[in-house]
Amino acid sequence: MANKRIDDATQTETVGHEWDGIEELNTPLPRWWLYSFYATIVFAIGYVVAYPALPMLSRGTEGTLGWSSRGQLDGEMKAAEAGRAQMKAQIAATPLEQLPNNPQLMHAAVAGGAAAFKVNCVQCHGAGAAGSPGFPNLNDDDWLWGGDLATIQQTLMHGIRQPDDAETRNSMMPNFGKDGLLTAPQIQDVASFVLTLSGREKASAAAQRGQALFETNCAVCHGPAGKGDRQFGAPNLADAVWLYGGTRADVVAQVNAPKHGVMPAWGTRLDPVTVKMLAAYVHSLGGGEAFATVPAAPAPAADASAAPAE
Amino acid sequence: MVSVVTRAGVWLVLLILAVTAAALAADGNFAIHMSIFAIAAFLALWATVRGADYDAIARGILRMPDNSRYDDDPVRWATIATVFWGMAGFAAGLFIALQLAFPALNFEPYLNFGRLRPLHTSAVIFAFGGNALIGTSFYVVQRTCRARLALPGLARFVFWGYQLFIVLAATGYLIGNSQGKEYAEPEWYVDWWLTIVWVCYLLVFGATIIKRSEPHIYVANWFYLAFILTVAMLHVVNNLDVPVSLLGSKSYPLFGGVQGALVQWWYGHNAVGFFLTAGFLAMMYYFVPKQAERPIYSYRLSIIHFWALIFLYIWAGPHHLHYTALPDWAQTLGMVFSVMLWMPSWGGMINGLMTLNGAWDKVRTDPIIRMMVMALAFYGMSTFEGPMMSIKSVNSLSHYTDWTIGHVHSGALGWNGMITFSCIYYLVPRLWSRTRLYSLRMVNWHFWLATIGIVFYAASMWVAGITQGLMWREYGPDGYLVNSFADTVAALHPMFLLRAFGGLLYLAGAVIMVVNVWATIIGKLREEAPMRDAAFDPAADKPILAAAE
Repeated sequence: MANKRIDDATQTETVGHEWDGIEELNTPLPRWWLYSFYATIVFAIGYVVAYPALPMLSRGTEGTLGWSSRGQLDGEMKAAEAGRAQMKAQIAATPLEQLPNNPQLMHAAVAGGAAAFKVNCVQCHGAGAAGSPGFPNLNDDDWLWGGDLATIQQTLMHGIRQPDDAETRNSMMPNFGKDGLLTAPQIQDVASFVLTLSGREKASAAAQRGQALFETNCAVCHGPAGKGDRQFGAPNLADAVWLYGGTRADVVAQVNAPKHGVMPAWGTRLDPVTVKMLAAYVHSLGGGEAFATVPAAPAPAADASAAPAE
Repeated sequence: MVSVVTRAGVWLVLLILAVTAAALAADGNFAIHMSIFAIAAFLALWATVRGADYDAIARGILRMPDNSRYDDDPVRWATIATVFWGMAGFAAGLFIALQLAFPALNFEPYLNFGRLRPLHTSAVIFAFGGNALIGTSFYVVQRTCRARLALPGLARFVFWGYQLFIVLAATGYLIGNSQGKEYAEPEWYVDWWLTIVWVCYLLVFGATIIKRSEPHIYVANWFYLAFILTVAMLHVVNNLDVPVSLLGSKSYPLFGGVQGALVQWWYGHNAVGFFLTAGFLAMMYYFVPKQAERPIYSYRLSIIHFWALIFLYIWAGPHHLHYTALPDWAQTLGMVFSVMLWMPSWGGMINGLMTLNGAWDKVRTDPIIRMMVMALAFYGMSTFEGPMMSIKSVNSLSHYTDWTIGHVHSGALGWNGMITFSCIYYLVPRLWSRTRLYSLRMVNWHFWLATIGIVFYAASMWVAGITQGLMWREYGPDGYLVNSFADTVAALHPMFLLRAFGGLLYLAGAVIMVVNVWATIIGKLREEAPMRDAAFDPAADKPILAAAE
């Protein structure tokens, strides 16, 4: 090149090209740059030898270390499984009634239940188990079917209104309006009465008419004072907790054509220990009841005590 | 005259086709898009028929100087378009950042996060970045080849055709038209249109290089050519799909399952590599030496790192699919090619920064040089971070977290944004024949707002990403996962606020740029004290030379 010159500031020769006033110096490659580049290439070659890397005719090379991502996942899952195995075996061997007597085991069961809850239950019951319209709040002590460990486990195992499960929780409130059992004004009267039970409305003539209707149509399940009955899964209407909403419109809609929520029978989807741990977790949320509410006799087998459903 | 009639005829045929397609459209989205197409064709027809008058009107409105030695009209338009789309893209980015912090800002269905997010990414990458690349490439290729643009009519078609593509893409996202491929969301007919525009771009650029009066092709033009050619290939292959109907907007891709994922990330990664890296390195290779008035640091480094970069980049895509259904061997190759890419990427940073040898004082006195240096610094940071994140054990923590968002924004805001701003500041006074910018001090303000904005953005997303990754994998002493997904989202809220604040600063800097560019174009000069506050001592400015003593 004809126009080579020594650049004054850097004392480096230019290459001799020029474009729109831009020249180029003939600086050699920085050594640290070049050797770092070589180092990454050497690393790459080593990695390719050690790990699965090169596609062959039917499958890729497997690498000298024998590593695979599926193998790694499998190993990590097995290790996690093994870490929990002893505790799970103990939980499995301990009858549900005796779980609260062993605080360490109970703590482990609650932790395992919390993990399982995050995967399986939060979709309906919410991350804090506070529920939402149609999905019960599990933090309070207002239970449809009962709140001791065994009853919770029974509900978990067999679900709510599962047609394929003989022991499932089943409660079917009639369609009072839709099926013509009550007329529209009568339903309004019943709603007035129901709302007085929890103090949401003041006593009125409509509520008095409603009381008579309530006693003939509703009291058989919900009880004469509307306190509900766990035997039938009939909700308590005299408290502030409402599964499908506590406004007049909600109550009328529910009497007219009740919604019937469902819950999966987790016994068919999760192993028994996980269900047991879930029961412990739900029980621990705040509303758990002692076994004393059910007959005091400690039944030896875990499942046998869960009888009161039908 | 004949050519006017021919061109008008072509536009008329396109107009009739578009109107017919809109009338017969199988779905509403297609009808809307064909109507936009028809309006554009009508405008083009009108412009063609008005002929010479239109040029004069545009010159009056945009205050363009008369044609000089080079054909700079498309460059002026692209510069204005860059600033315009940049503002749209940054504002959309700030809005979606706020949507993540405050979900109530999702207005269904047109302004929800799902539709605005591709609007943001396409606006900043393809509209802001694309116009910067088209504009600067037309500017640089003419000067470094000492030749006027070949095919000037086609060059104008490239500019307007590209704007039509942007409008079709952007409206498409809002009305819910998407083929669901990240960075390649527009549907088949928009892809076809872009293909036509892009081939014309290649023709204009290539023909200008062929008619050059310089013996050699300057390094910036290698990078521009690599960018144009590779993007054409990537775009066509990733958008091979079958329209359900030629009168409907829906299509289905040719590749399915893991093959489809691999093609998508081969495209997605190389959109970063060739659009946002190679193309912007081309800008760097012209504007940094021009602004610094220094020779390029090393010719040899430019050759080696150019070929190493374009050879290695194209293989690195599978690192986006670590720990997925993609076979292990492909993941390994994606990782090792990414690691080898580290030094070739840094070659561009070294060549840019070391070009300042002998002019380092300008970092203190010239805010445009300061922007360029900051751009190269962020380029270096994100091209180190990229190979690091491609390493599987790092990726198992960073993947799917906000770390990735922080990484791309340190590249996009720091490298692409800063280098584009500095090129705009270089170009505007020269394109509109002004003695200088309206205000250098406003450039300085822009520099600091943008830099601090990026620091807020990147730092908050690094913290958020690592927090998220650690929370996802956290096992309690009892052997169970500790956090649910919603727990991690709640933990990130403060970081989301800091990110939005960083974005606000960055947008504020861009607003200052709009004022500065606008005032320069209309010919104002701000009276202000000069930037330099220390006397320049040339003797102290020379780098220490080991051999010289």
